[in-house]
Amino acid sequence: MNLTIRSEQTDNAHHIYLAGEIDAYTAPQLRESLIPLAKEKGIELTIHFNEVEYIDSTGLGVFVGVLKTTDANGSNLKLCGMSSRVRRLFSITGLDEVITIEEVKEGQS
Amino acid sequence: MSVVDYKLQLSYKRILKDFLENKSEQSLYEAQKVSKFLLEQKISPEEFVSIHFKVLTEMLPQMDEQIQDSFVLLLEVMMGYGLAYQEHQILRNRQQELESEIDVAASMQQTLLPQEKPKTEFLDVGVVCEPAKKMSGDYYHYVHEDDKGLGMAIADIIGKGVPAALCMSMIKYAMDSLPSEQQLQPSLLLENLNRVVAQNVGDSMFITMMYGYYNRTTGDFHYSGAGHEPGFFYSVANDAFEELHAKGLVLGVSRQTKYREYTRHLDVGDFIVLLSDGVTECRIGDEFIEREEITKLIRKYMHLTAQETVNRVYEELVKIQDFVLRDDFTLILLRRTV
Repeated sequence: MNLTIRSEQTDNAHHIYLAGEIDAYTAPQLRESLIPLAKEKGIELTIHFNEVEYIDSTGLGVFVGVLKTTDANGSNLKLCGMSSRVRRLFSITGLDEVITIEEVKEGQS
Repeated sequence: MSVVDYKLQLSYKRILKDFLENKSEQSLYEAQKVSKFLLEQKISPEEFVSIHFKVLTEMLPQMDEQIQDSFVLLLEVMMGYGLAYQEHQILRNRQQELESEIDVAASMQQTLLPQEKPKTEFLDVGVVCEPAKKMSGDYYHYVHEDDKGLGMAIADIIGKGVPAALCMSMIKYAMDSLPSEQQLQPSLLLENLNRVVAQNVGDSMFITMMYGYYNRTTGDFHYSGAGHEPGFFYSVANDAFEELHAKGLVLGVSRQTKYREYTRHLDVGDFIVLLSDGVTECRIGDEFIEREEITKLIRKYMHLTAQETVNRVYEELVKIQDFVLRDDFTLILLRRTV
């Protein structure tokens, strides 16, 4: 299973749309695309999980790295559109207490 | 010329002669055997082309000069293959070296895990800890310096293999060096470990851990969690499993993290189950196993001793996955006996 990464940029905001699985195989590719964006100063980095089917601990590690980088550069990281299985992992690991996660509204999937 | 080369030339000459005269299947079969022999003896492609040329000129002294010359060109072309073949040999040797180094590291890693189960009369303890590959990212540890209680840690280091194993040694020595009174206070223990981990790991690295201390005098199990997969608590009185939640941030993300402490009272026969995500991420085909399935399996075998129970659950989960572990697997059961 692969991961596809699509990005859109407006003035101070980057939107990243992910589709597929985030695991030990796809994590390096994801890190390479996210870290340079996270290093920009004072931006809004929003990551859309709507089409992410699976994430493992190595995948979570990428977002820990991205969070540390955005924090260090005065930027904001926001994750959204998670399925309940993916959301559960962010909750178990307590990462939802340090990363902004936008909840999926009822009726949306 | 070495004896091997000489014998090779002789038998190749016989095979070639037989083939040119009879075009038999047998010669083709023998040619395959020659090819195997060449690989075994590490004879390169261009060396063999020159043997072929030599044998051919012996057999056909009147060979056309142009055909003879063409072999010079063929030899030149085969050189590239020869180099690639040498490189392949070097890589193969290097891979064997690496594998034996990993074997040594894996056996060293085994020494980081407890060598014996705690011999406590007040708790029946069962542990299964199986790596998916040679090196494991799962860790467990227990502390029992007296007969007042038992401390138990289960941890999962992000990723697998060598990096996870290196990180594990840090956790082990950090835990060993914490003052013993902290072993009674799970939240304090995690706070201190978190500081050590946060200072010593890379940006995308983290460790999940659950630590609990069973106090024999009160029968209470005190525990805190750092982002670890929730365990289970089984109560005999209710004949039911409950999730053993302990919300808390994984180790290594933020130095100032505080951990909440929770308490469960264990009556005789009640037990605690600690596990790694390798247990809950077992897959049947493409479907993940539900946590409920795991409690059903535990219930099926919980009349046995703690060790027997975890062994049987492990065996069943491995069986339904066609005997392939995708992730490191750790399952621990602690049952109050008196």
